[in-house]
Amino acid sequence: MKIEKHPPKMMDATGGLELVGEWTTIYLKELQKLARTQTQQVVSVAIDALDTNGARVLLDIIGNSPNTWPPGLTTEQRGLLELVRTKTDPVPEEHASVNLLAALGQQVFRVFRHGRELLDFAGQLTALIVSLLRHPRQLKIKMLLDVLQRDGLNAVPIIALLAFLLGAVIAFQGGLQLATYGANIFVVELISLIMLRELAPLICAIIVAGRSGSAFAAQLATMQMNQEVLALKSLGQDPFAWLVLPKLLGLMLVMPLLTILSMVTGIGGGMVVAMMQLDLSPVEFIHRFASVVDPIHFWVGLIKAPVFAFLIVNVGCMQGMLAKGGAEAVGHRTTRSVVQSIFLVIIVDALFSILFAQLGW
Amino acid sequence: MMTKRPVIVELKNISTRFGSNSVHENLDLQILEGERVALVGGSGTGKSVLLSEIAMLREADSGEIELFGESITKMSGQGLLAQRQKIGMMFQQGALFSSLTVLENIMLPIREHRRIKGALLKDLAMLKLRLTGLPEHSAHLYPQSLSGGMLKRAAVARALALDPPLLLLDEPTAGLDPAGAAAFDDMLLELHAALNLTLILVTHDLDSIWTVTDQVAFLGERKVLVKQPIEQMVKDKHPVIQAYFANERAKRAIRQELI
Repeated sequence: MKIEKHPPKMMDATGGLELVGEWTTIYLKELQKLARTQTQQVVSVAIDALDTNGARVLLDIIGNSPNTWPPGLTTEQRGLLELVRTKTDPVPEEHASVNLLAALGQQVFRVFRHGRELLDFAGQLTALIVSLLRHPRQLKIKMLLDVLQRDGLNAVPIIALLAFLLGAVIAFQGGLQLATYGANIFVVELISLIMLRELAPLICAIIVAGRSGSAFAAQLATMQMNQEVLALKSLGQDPFAWLVLPKLLGLMLVMPLLTILSMVTGIGGGMVVAMMQLDLSPVEFIHRFASVVDPIHFWVGLIKAPVFAFLIVNVGCMQGMLAKGGAEAVGHRTTRSVVQSIFLVIIVDALFSILFAQLGW
Repeated sequence: MMTKRPVIVELKNISTRFGSNSVHENLDLQILEGERVALVGGSGTGKSVLLSEIAMLREADSGEIELFGESITKMSGQGLLAQRQKIGMMFQQGALFSSLTVLENIMLPIREHRRIKGALLKDLAMLKLRLTGLPEHSAHLYPQSLSGGMLKRAAVARALALDPPLLLLDEPTAGLDPAGAAAFDDMLLELHAALNLTLILVTHDLDSIWTVTDQVAFLGERKVLVKQPIEQMVKDKHPVIQAYFANERAKRAIRQELI
């Protein structure tokens, strides 16, 4: 079955133009062109079909007042035009854009507001821990175990692998330099100090921020949109006790363990490279390690882990809880949580370095 | 006497299964141009599934669907695209894009399908917004700042963007207060009269069924048991239909309509 098509046209007629064809949505592009190129007065209308989009364009051509509409419109078409005429309104103004200075001011205020929100939330978390010490029963053991498994145990392979590769890369690059001085054996100090003090906690924090911090933010943001957080409140439950405390406690427990894991595998990676590239046997490596590496380096690295965990939970949960709006907000908050927590982890790491340097550790 | 109206939607022998659970078996349904049809039936009778099959969002496991006289079962590419433009679908939760304003939501299908730019595009979107009774200032609001009633109207406005002859609505009045639901029903009737629409709605709202629809298709026993006006439907002797309309809430609604 072939359907005949009648594209809209303007035909020359005595004294002006006659409109013919189908004035409907499928010909919208053509209609727009007609409206733009129309020069003469329209004297009559003989169109086959009309819908609201077509009527809107037609009104632009024949004008808004029914008295001046050309003859030839059917009653139905007139009715539709009348309806469209009453529903035609200009698009309201959008909010004018603010000037540059105001935008700068807003930006500065925003930075301060974020800082304040972060401190606010950190305060709430601290109060939460204190209240947990007084009422240990508010801890949801099952949710805590969930966090231990999902964010601790399940992260073991990726963290172990990445720390191993990191250790290997550092030993390889450092070893090349040391070998030129014949100082192969110092690769042990190089890899041990750098992994224990700095890189093991850092790589751990970065992976956990990307893996778990983002998940926290996305989960809480979605729950916030679904009004699940409000539902908890209405049931007389403290949303923080359900949603934040298990994450906080779980990550602070798991993070030191993951850090130890990445210390071990990182140094292991260095050891493998030392064996293959620098002719340093594992026995020698471990012997050297035991005799020259002070345990304080281990503690310096380890003490950072729970602090990083606190930061990651703080940022992730705060971003989640603050989410408003739709699907886009979830994505936005998740991104922010990762960027902010990695940023803060590195800042705090630098502060730790200064502190330990002052202490002489 | 009216001339015979063309069939807009024709379902033949539709079967739908979810795993081993069969929802429709050899279901037939005919919907004529200009009808206002409600799909009703108990929970799990596949009303929404049927609606999404008509909207070409889901394929039936077997059977044939004809829309506007053309079978869509073997259709693909351009043909399907053309058919889709003749159907407006309003989803239950509105399903407006949350990163776009109401006006941008309505503009999207017009711009993508008709390649229109500039003032006309905005004017057309504005027209749809006003046709559905939304206030002007809602144009630049984001969906999350709209009330439930406004959200549903905005969803209808987007569904009508391309002036489709067929409008499908999934639970249009669910979640609205009685006054809001009544106003929404009135809007549907107005649009139906003004734009020559055919309406198919899935609904549980008996008030809606009485005011908006002229035909009710009752889904039960995996098929459309009967399609008839609501006045006859409530007197139907079929046990499943009687059970649906015989409970107290339904009776109260029916009583009020008959007074």
